[in-house]
Amino acid sequence: MTEHIKNIINLLKKDLLLEIRQQYTFYGVLLYVVSTIFVLYLSMGQPEGPVWKGLFWMIQLFICVNAVAKSFLQEGRGRLLYFYSIAGARDFILSKLLFNALLMLVMSLLSLALFLFMLGNPMGHEGYFILISCLGGVSLSLVFTFLAALAARAQQGAALMAILGFPLVIPQLMLLNRVSTIAFEDVLQGGLGWMLAILFGLDVLLIALALILFPFLWKD
Amino acid sequence: MLRQTWWKILCVLLLAYTVIGGFLGPVPAKPIVNETIRNLYFHVAMWFSMMVFLTVSAVYAIRYLRRPNHVDDIYSLEYAKAGIVFGTLGLITGSEWAGFTWGAFWSNDPKQLGAMIAMLIYYAYLVFRNGMPDIDKRARLGAVYNIFAFAMLFPTLWILPRLVESLHPGGLGGNPAFKDSDPRMAAVFWGGAVPGWCLLGVWITTLRIRLKLLAEKKLSNI
Repeated sequence: MTEHIKNIINLLKKDLLLEIRQQYTFYGVLLYVVSTIFVLYLSMGQPEGPVWKGLFWMIQLFICVNAVAKSFLQEGRGRLLYFYSIAGARDFILSKLLFNALLMLVMSLLSLALFLFMLGNPMGHEGYFILISCLGGVSLSLVFTFLAALAARAQQGAALMAILGFPLVIPQLMLLNRVSTIAFEDVLQGGLGWMLAILFGLDVLLIALALILFPFLWKD
Repeated sequence: MLRQTWWKILCVLLLAYTVIGGFLGPVPAKPIVNETIRNLYFHVAMWFSMMVFLTVSAVYAIRYLRRPNHVDDIYSLEYAKAGIVFGTLGLITGSEWAGFTWGAFWSNDPKQLGAMIAMLIYYAYLVFRNGMPDIDKRARLGAVYNIFAFAMLFPTLWILPRLVESLHPGGLGGNPAFKDSDPRMAAVFWGGAVPGWCLLGVWITTLRIRLKLLAEKKLSNI
């Protein structure tokens, strides 16, 4: 058990170190975030609450596709083989899930700050929305990490990931959009607690599926 | 393989019972739905069959992952295709029913949305498979995606629509449907429609599987 944890931490450290040294994904995605939100601001101005919310989640979706796509494509065949032989498939996918969740956490918070700065603040309770956007970013990253692994094994780029991923994330996006009404309205809808519980449940399901199915993916 | 005739004759008899009993049999006169309630034998039975076929497809996908065997992959793919056809028919019959009872062919009902999402997920399965030229890789990655898609069916079809108000039965608003179902209708539905449509789907799928296996055999002989 402790060995697995050590492996995961080492792999995570390696990813973080590469990120700090190359500064490729982070600044690339950051530029993408800033320019998309700026284009949105130019075309939409400062929209009302429901539009703001819808735009925010759609932008999160596109940011996630771009941020997560590289995580498996950057590793060559030989290097992947090396990781599998020293750490095993489950440790590897867990470290990737963790890294991408961290990356999306940062990106969600940054894009939220940019949204508030450029598209205005139609919310009444920002605190709730910060928490929900963290949860949303992590949930989206879990789906797309697994799909990035699938797409990388199929030797296809980010386009395939988008084709596979968009239908799969609709339930999550619908839930997130509904849950985030907490931040906009004083009157609470019924069933929000259940929706949060289901979002968490979905995350657990996704992690479990990734752990079960990933060992079958990397075998050649 | 089930190369026997008795269940095919049974299938035809059950479907004849469904169609004749469905269109001519007695139904309770309920407000709004009136005679459209006969669509129950077609629309709801489609979803039952779809779930059966997609489950069988996922089971064959799991079998393939446990022990790679090309025949299991063909079974998995063909059952998934049958499930997709029945699901699409379920969407069409449902939309038709909605048009005459709820006033619009598409009314953004959560269950309609869930069904549409489920179908999109499975269409993506077919697109994904076609994108890979290598047979073994296609089979393995297809099986992985199939299991993933099957797991995602439960939140989209069974959990999410139940949390919000829906015109369908099972949601928060009140559409009681099955709670006060008529015993005469239950006989046609459970005795004819559900097993009949399931058998028809199995029949179609086994024919397609046999065709594929024959094609493979011919190719390998050249």
